[in-house]
This record gives sequence, structure tokens and C-alpha cells, in this order.
Amino acid sequence: MKTIRAGLLALITFTASAQAEIAIQPVTSPGGINAWLVEESAFPFTALEIRFRGGMSIDPVEQRGVINLMTALIDDGAGDLDAESFANARDALAAKFNFDASDDNISVSARFLTEDRDEAIDLLRLALTEPRFDADAIERARGQVLSRIQSDQKDPDTIAGDLLDRMAFGTHPYGSSGMGTAQSVAALTRADLQAAFGSAMSRDNIYVAATGDINAEDLGILLDKLLGDLPATSAPAPERADWALEGGITVVDFPSPLSIVYFEQQGMKRSDPDFFTAYIINEIMGGGRFSARLMTEVREKRGLTYGIGSYLVPQNHAEILLGMFASGNDTTAEAIDLVKAEWAKMADNGISEEELAMIKTYLTGSFPLQFDGNAQIARILVDIQMDDLPLDYVQTRNAKIEAVTTDDIARVAKQLLQPENLHFMVVGQPEGLSTTP
Amino acid sequence: MLHKLIVPVVFGLWPYNAAFAQNVTTFTLENGLEAVVIEDHRAPVVTHMLWYRTGSADEPEGKSGIAHYLEHLMFKGTEAVPGGQFSATVEEQGGADNAFTNYDYTGYFQRVASDRLELMMTMEADRMRGLILSEDNIETERDVIIEERAQRVDSLPSELLSEQSRAAQYLNHRYGVPIIGWKHEIETLTRDDALEFYRTFYAPNNAVLVVAGDVDPDAVKAMAEAHYGPIAPTPDLAPRQRPSEPPQMAERRLIMADARVGEPNFTRTYLAAERNGGAQDTAAALTILAKILGGSDTSVLARALQVGDDAKAVWTNVYYEGLALDATEFSIVATPRPDVSLAELEAALDEVIATFLVDGIDQNAFERIKRQLRADEIYASDSASGLADKYGSALTSGLTVADVQAWPEVLQAVTPEDVLIAAREVLDRNQAVTGWLIQDDEIETEVSP
Repeated sequence: MKTIRAGLLALITFTASAQAEIAIQPVTSPGGINAWLVEESAFPFTALEIRFRGGMSIDPVEQRGVINLMTALIDDGAGDLDAESFANARDALAAKFNFDASDDNISVSARFLTEDRDEAIDLLRLALTEPRFDADAIERARGQVLSRIQSDQKDPDTIAGDLLDRMAFGTHPYGSSGMGTAQSVAALTRADLQAAFGSAMSRDNIYVAATGDINAEDLGILLDKLLGDLPATSAPAPERADWALEGGITVVDFPSPLSIVYFEQQGMKRSDPDFFTAYIINEIMGGGRFSARLMTEVREKRGLTYGIGSYLVPQNHAEILLGMFASGNDTTAEAIDLVKAEWAKMADNGISEEELAMIKTYLTGSFPLQFDGNAQIARILVDIQMDDLPLDYVQTRNAKIEAVTTDDIARVAKQLLQPENLHFMVVGQPEGLSTTP
Repeated sequence: MLHKLIVPVVFGLWPYNAAFAQNVTTFTLENGLEAVVIEDHRAPVVTHMLWYRTGSADEPEGKSGIAHYLEHLMFKGTEAVPGGQFSATVEEQGGADNAFTNYDYTGYFQRVASDRLELMMTMEADRMRGLILSEDNIETERDVIIEERAQRVDSLPSELLSEQSRAAQYLNHRYGVPIIGWKHEIETLTRDDALEFYRTFYAPNNAVLVVAGDVDPDAVKAMAEAHYGPIAPTPDLAPRQRPSEPPQMAERRLIMADARVGEPNFTRTYLAAERNGGAQDTAAALTILAKILGGSDTSVLARALQVGDDAKAVWTNVYYEGLALDATEFSIVATPRPDVSLAELEAALDEVIATFLVDGIDQNAFERIKRQLRADEIYASDSASGLADKYGSALTSGLTVADVQAWPEVLQAVTPEDVLIAAREVLDRNQAVTGWLIQDDEIETEVSP
């Protein structure tokens, strides 16, 4: 045993972290579309990530859910290909297209083999410029969305999240589900979908990255072919979302052996100069690791939950600090008290030098591990662009983490962590808890 | 120009390109530890995995959940790396670690910068035999897995029905017992249960080491010899002979009503052949059958049940995973349209299957699926940790490295006739469990005062 211990100590002296050795090239197509590229020819395919800022938040008020339904239909038939012919053409090329709508953007993720690149891009261009919105495809997709809306009504996570959104953001689009309601989705027409398509995807709100077996020149030509015919401008973004959620507890009765708990307060803007400090504070508090304070107190020491975590969610029009866990109905009240106590403790006392040193080694060391594969790298590169960060962010990010001091943490924790403003949404039958006035 | 896309492209003329063949090295230590090294030098990162050929289906009767419980307890410390220090050390190195339990295997992994591999190996080798468990740890962690079960099973009607379905599918085999364990048995698991299971199964001759990433196979071998090499094997480890299923004599049907069901759902699971060493043909045919029947908008079930004015289903899907030590399941799931009953949906589904067995397979659809399977191999090469999973799970499920490497070609060799033969064999309601998940009374989700 002694030799193992000696060996461990010898090895633990590594401290320098691996560098993320990715070379990002900025590319501007002949037609003026900007993209970031990482060339990687080890495997004969390319991952292309395209995002359009706006997303489900630009739904017209009376058409809640239209962006979501439209996004589901983009590749359900395009040009002279109906839904089945389009799918068969895509599958014959073994290309993968994925379209997704979130609160703040629409993403288009594509992977295609080098040998079929031109055909795959022709097909994707057809979807991005001439989606058909055929009546039978609309009804099929509408049925699936309605089915999801119905099953979500008895999903405790959705119940908790939707009610928190409503209490925090009211009538702003963030205050309701982007899927829409059974009534709003039932009322959507083909004309609504076409209008949504025309308003959501344009050249003035686009962010692009590519990773894989393609060079800058070919990517430029590809982007012009794929995106050159998009409209120049899109619908305006919504107003900023005012924060209306106050501290307290809301209990929603739901028959279950355990309670699902979401807790939330206002977060911090991504552009705030203290964002990295806030990020470290949240990692120490609610990061998904055994050593995070909430995990240690609620799971490791007491066995009250299987997992607990918290997240800083800076969105385009509001900022959230959100956490969640599930616990037995008889232990939920105790777990909530622990969360509040940890919130207050860090707000009052900050963290130790030792804790800060440990989290820095973790955060700087784990950063390069995220660059795992073409599709993942392309997604990260678009994230960086959408956060308005520079091309050298991947190289400079760790230095920003290293620069944070315990004084910074103490100062920011006092402002950021507001135990009195935390709202706990509890869905279950928790013992000894009721909705606060 | 786009018209050429809907004309079938030339199939079958797409030979494997040696440039993206996976760079895999294997070796076996004298104490029986098998190792697989997958090289990927694109990034200075490594995934270190240790897999044990032991899962929940290897548990003694009455001790369900012990494999998974032990997996949690493996983080509680040794003399050299005391309580909590394992994950803390991985974190200090900027890495991530976790573990998982399945019917046939239990695995532990860390993902770190590649120059930290030796530290990971030192710690993983240390806890293969050196685990220390206190009574305090035992009780707290048992509460954690009871919470885990509550969150992942007891609060989800669809999971509860799935658990009941498996119990009905496997009358005699331990695949019928949930991986996480039955709640009443988890509650009685003890420190001695965990240690006995640990001492028997956590041994080099019952383990597979998989290292994937920016590493040199010779260096990995030298490290493995230094750290795993000195560990003594468990002598006379019993072969993994599990009881087989008796012939099914009666159709098995389950109906579960629960207040928390958002919408009704239909499931059908058929007992199906698994991949076997040197004999993967039937499993390959079933893999393609699953893709023909379900999983896309152009599949047989989607076209027959989800399209048109008379559509019966909102969703359909088909699942088959051939990777298992013993007989596995071929599953069909479907959600009815709001105006369609589960009985109507089931009748329509059975008719579609009967028609499919007579009409056979669309040649174009068949070739498209084969081409996608080839492309999937290329897309999968993009993730070294994904490849590590593939080898680790296969080698702990009765397959060899040769079987894993032959699998793409076995898939390509399947003919439409092979698929139909496999379909006629497996799609037999008398070898199946049918489950209906239905809504109970309306529940209130109003905010309580």
C-alpha cells in the first residue's frame, strides 16, 4: 500500500492543464457569410452547425408554438420532394439533418460524408429555402406536438418548470412554453407556418461553424450555395423580460412517492464583467460533482437525493440561476432548508483559497475535454460566436478563470446569492410544506 | 439536378477505406486482465475504462440491486485513496469520472488529459481489491439508491410498466429483475452482501481494460503491467451460465392504470436472439429489421400507422439491442391518436406486421438502411469514448474483438430474405409481452394553499 501512496503523490504533482489545441479559421464566403472552421481530415465527413437567433421567443402573441411547429416541418418535404421522397433522398446519402427550436434560437445541425457533400448540401438548401408545409405533414407534426403537450400536463418536471416561468416572466414569451397550448397549436394555419419560416431564418441573424473534412475555400462556396438565398432580415426580437418571481415556496399537489423541486432566482448576464466569478461560484455550489457543496450536503452526507445541481442560464432577454433535485416526500423540507443554508453560507463567507485553487484546476483542466468530436466542436464554436466572444476565446478562457480571486468571489457571492429571493417550486406531496403567501 | 437524388444511387460500390479503420491494439496480462487500446491522436485526451464481466444478472437471488449498490460504494475509498478522494483527485486533474451498471456488466471510467492516464490506472487498480466500507457509508448510500429508484422508476408509470413487462418476459432468467433492484430487497442489502459480491467478481480475470485516446499502446501495456499486473485473480471463477427461458405457452398481457399517465401507450416486447461470438447473423438481421419497421418517418410502421386520415398512431418506434449475454428483447412502442383506442391501435399494428411478413421488404429501403449503417461507422469513429463503450460492452457481453470488428461486414452481408426469416421467427405474439398503459382518474395539479 505504501508504494501506491508514494506513487500517487508523485503523480499528483502534475498541474499544468492540457491545452485545447484546435485551430479556428475565420471564413467569409464570397457572398459575405461569416463562419468559423476547424479543419480535421481524419474522418471523411463534415459537421455543420447553423443557428438563427430569435427562436420560439419571436412567436406572434396569438400564434404561440408556431416557430416550434415550423421547425419540426422544415425537412418534411421541400421543393419538388414530398416528405417521404425527401427523407429517402437524405437517407440514401446517409446524411444527418437535425432541426431544433429553443427559446432563443433555431439550430440546424448537419453531418454529411465528403463523397456526397454536394448532393447533401443541395438537399439541405432545398429544406432551408423551399419547405413545402404540405397539409398531411402539418397534421402529422401537429398531432405529435399536441400529444407531447398532453403528456407534459402530467410530467412533474414540466409542471414545475412551466409554473416557475409563468411566475417569473408573466406574459413575456419566456413566461409560457414555446410548444404552445393545445388551443394555440390547433389554430395554427399553413399561412402562419410560412410566415414564421420567412421571419425566423435570415442572413442577419445567422451564426455558422463547420468542423471536419472541408477547407476554407470549399466551405465559402458551400455556404453561399446553402444560405445565399435566405431573406436578408428577420422578425424583431422581443423586449427584455422583467423579473417578477419573489422568494418563497409553491407546492403543487401531485401523487408521487417523491417531490420534484426546482429552485430559482435571478442570474447574471453573460456580458457582465463578473460572469466568470459567478460561474465559479455556481460550480462550487451546484456543479454536477460529488465535491460541490449541494451534492456533499444533500446527497453524500445525508442521502436525501440521487442528484442535485444548479445552473447559471444567461438567456437573450433574461438571466436565471436555476437548481433542481428530487427527494422523498418526507425529506424534501429538510433538503430545501439545506439549500437555503448553503446559499446563505456562501453569500456571507465566500470560499476558501483551497476551494478556489481546486475548482480552478478542475475548470481549466476539463475545458479541453469538451472538444470531443466534430459535431461537438462545431456546436461550441457557434456558442462562442453567439455569446459575442472573440476568436481567441478558446485560448484565453483559462486565463480568465485563473484571474478570479477569493475577494472577487466574496464580493460577487454577496450580490448573486440571495437566499431570501429563492423560490422553491415543489411538485409532489411533501410533508410539512405549503405554499407561502 | 435534384431529381437524381430520388433515383436510387449506385449501391454497394463503397468499399471500406483503410484510412478510417479504427486503430485498435489488444493484449492480455498473465493474471487474465484483457485490454483494448484505441488510438485517436486528434486531441491530448484519454478515456480510461475498467469493465467487470458482472452485472445485475449475476446477482444471487434475494439480493437484487447489489451490483448497482456496489458500484456506488466503489467511490467510498481505500487505504491509499480514502473516502471521497477518488473523484476529488480526478477533479483536481481536470477530469470527469463516473460509473454504470447493466445486466451483464459494471463499468468505471475517467476522462482526463492523456498525461494523467497512469494516475487513473493506479487508482482504479487500487480499488479493484482495496475497497474499505464503513457502516455509516453503507446506510447513507443505501438511502441514495432508494432515492435514485424513486426518481427513475417509482415516480414514472411508464418505467413501472416496463419493469413489470420484463418480469413477465423473463420467467426464469435474471434479466427479469430490474438492474436497480426491487425496492424491498434494496432495503435489506448489507455491507457483507456488498463485500462478498465485490471479493468474488472484482478481479483481473473478470475485467476488461479499455483505453481510448491520445496514447501509445506499448506505453499503456507497460502501465497496465505495473498497476493491474500484480493483482491476484479470483481462482475458479464460475462460468456465467444463467438459467434459460422455458417455452412460452401463453400470451402475456399487462394493463397498468395510473393517475400520472399523460396519455395512453402501447408496448410489445418479443423475446429475441442476441449477438453471439462467431454467430452474429441473426442479430444482424434483427438489427436491420428494427430499422425497416420503425425509427424513422419512412419506416413500415410509420407509413402504415402515422400517415393519412385513418392514421392510428401519433408515434411508433422499434428497438432492438443485440448486445447481451443471453436472449434479449425486440420491442415495438406506439402512442395512439387521441380518438383511437389501444385495442384499435394494436389490431392495426398486428395487421401491418402480418402484411409485412407476406409482402416482404422494399429493396430500395433495404439498401438505404445498409448505406446508413456504413456511414454510421464513420460518424461513430469521431468519438473515441464512444468506441471505448462499444468494445467494453461487447467484451463483457460474450463477444470478442474479432466479433466487434466483423460486425459491420456481418450487417452488410444480410439479405432481405434473412430479415424476413428473422422477422417470422421473432414477431410471434405467443412469444411476447404486450403492455397497455392507460390513464386513471384525472388528477389535480392545482397549487395547494
